[in-house]
Amino acid sequence: MAEVLVYVDHVDGAVRKPTLELLTLARRIGEPVAVALGSGAENTAATLAEHGAVKVLTHDASEYAEYLVVPKVDALQAAYEQVSPAAVLVPSSAEGKEIAARLALRIGSGIITDAVDLEAGDEGPVATQSVFAASFTTKSRVSKGTPVITVKPNSAAVEAAPAAGTVEALSVTFSEKATGTKVTGRTPRESTGRPELTEAAIVVSGGRGVGGAENFALIETLADSLGAAVGASRAAVDAGWYPHTNQVGQTGKSVSPQLYIATGISGAIQHRAGMQTSKTIVAINKDAEAPIFDLVDYGIVGDLFEVVPQLTEQIRARKG
Amino acid sequence: MSLRIVVTVKYVPDATGDRHFADDLTVDRDDVDGLLSELDEYAVEQALQIAEDADDAEVTVLTVGPEDAKDALRKALSMGADKAIHVEDDDLHGTDAIGTSLVLAKAIEKAGYDLVISGMASTDGTMGVVPALLAERLGVPQVTLLSEVSVEDGTVKGRRDGDAASEQLEASLPAVVSVTDQSGEARYPSFKGIMAAKKKPVESWDLSDLEIEAEEVGLEGAYTTVEAAAERPARTAGTIVKDEGEGGKQLAEFLASQKFI
Repeated sequence: MAEVLVYVDHVDGAVRKPTLELLTLARRIGEPVAVALGSGAENTAATLAEHGAVKVLTHDASEYAEYLVVPKVDALQAAYEQVSPAAVLVPSSAEGKEIAARLALRIGSGIITDAVDLEAGDEGPVATQSVFAASFTTKSRVSKGTPVITVKPNSAAVEAAPAAGTVEALSVTFSEKATGTKVTGRTPRESTGRPELTEAAIVVSGGRGVGGAENFALIETLADSLGAAVGASRAAVDAGWYPHTNQVGQTGKSVSPQLYIATGISGAIQHRAGMQTSKTIVAINKDAEAPIFDLVDYGIVGDLFEVVPQLTEQIRARKG
Repeated sequence: MSLRIVVTVKYVPDATGDRHFADDLTVDRDDVDGLLSELDEYAVEQALQIAEDADDAEVTVLTVGPEDAKDALRKALSMGADKAIHVEDDDLHGTDAIGTSLVLAKAIEKAGYDLVISGMASTDGTMGVVPALLAERLGVPQVTLLSEVSVEDGTVKGRRDGDAASEQLEASLPAVVSVTDQSGEARYPSFKGIMAAKKKPVESWDLSDLEIEAEEVGLEGAYTTVEAAAERPARTAGTIVKDEGEGGKQLAEFLASQKFI
């Protein structure tokens, strides 16, 4: 069976969920061979094997932390040359897309980004994408070279599928380009204890209607009752009420959770672009005419300062 | 020595318009107004600020696109860019990201550059890969997704805010930079700027000027094929309830019925 390279996104050996989803999708088109780079790479093997990796190629070097992106491209290219895979899958993070793009160019292949589904096809893997603010769904394939495809979080359910997960050291020679951009400082983001926005199964977002930074506590409390991530509309972010890293929308993050709860958000096209593929959409807004109500599965026309606390209390009571 | 800055910009269909596909599954540009991609305005802004801080600098805006794409160049010129290059050729219709990066890279090399600045992504394709592709093609450092950028003594520095960490980056020129919408509000063109823009030079190049063969670009040269595009079915109308004091409870009932709680 054809091998499929899967680029592993991990933090010190802890594999992030989108990579596990990729392994599920990779099994539809071949046998997953995972590539884990950097500090703790070897520690990813057990998790990757449990989710279907037949082989795990690992490599650590200080270059991965000291320089931007290119060392990882060199390593993925080395893995590509060693394996000659049928496809290369990379998580659709900002960095993942950059790594995938440079690899595609080097190996003379096309690239598809932000796939939301992947199937085997007669002429190679067929990727589903959601475009134009999710108003269209396209099916595309790479027509030249080995398909390089990046896949968005929440595109597949994570499935356990134990495989050999044999660990092999990858041999990497860094290119001259690898040391071009130095990382001179790194400040880890403070953990909120909440799930990462793009990976979360449930997202609770606040917008202009929240009215101020201090009121976001209400949104956070609701999110915590559901184990959800917190998002914000551009209006709320531009007003300085919530960090830009949590912005959902065209110029922020695009999310596709099982459940999206929009509170005090009118639903401008820029916001809809970032959340319209959510499976179930709920909105709470005072304005019955707000365009967000065109998208909802369930909407409450009402004051979020009344509805949200009551909802939070009900959720807590039900969860006991 | 003069600092030569090239800003890559894209003319995109207005996101608030009714965007759809043409019969050949390329983006239909006839039925919806276009404009300078909002995220590229941030790139123009940072280029102008870097130029203002330099002793001697020149800002060139570059686009690849149909006749109407001149509107995007005109906007950037009216913001304050010095000159513009428009790469236009019938054979470019249907060019994908890999092909676009080829055309841009050749044009950037022909124009001459010390610094390339791009927006983080276009607002239509939203791939966000062109800056990385340009760096790979030009063989220069990529300093991308910056929320802060500065240039001094032949070095570009910036801050990249990722999910896990915020990183400080540094590279020697020449380099390719991309900036996010957090890099600083883009200026509005002044009346004076708009008038001045009309007199600024706009060069037009075609594929032969860049020594690119037609089959390297366009639909034929594309590395990806769109096999189908379907309008997403309208969502079935949801339940909308007016809060009469029990809204939170009703919503909790709904969430429970959907097994979210």
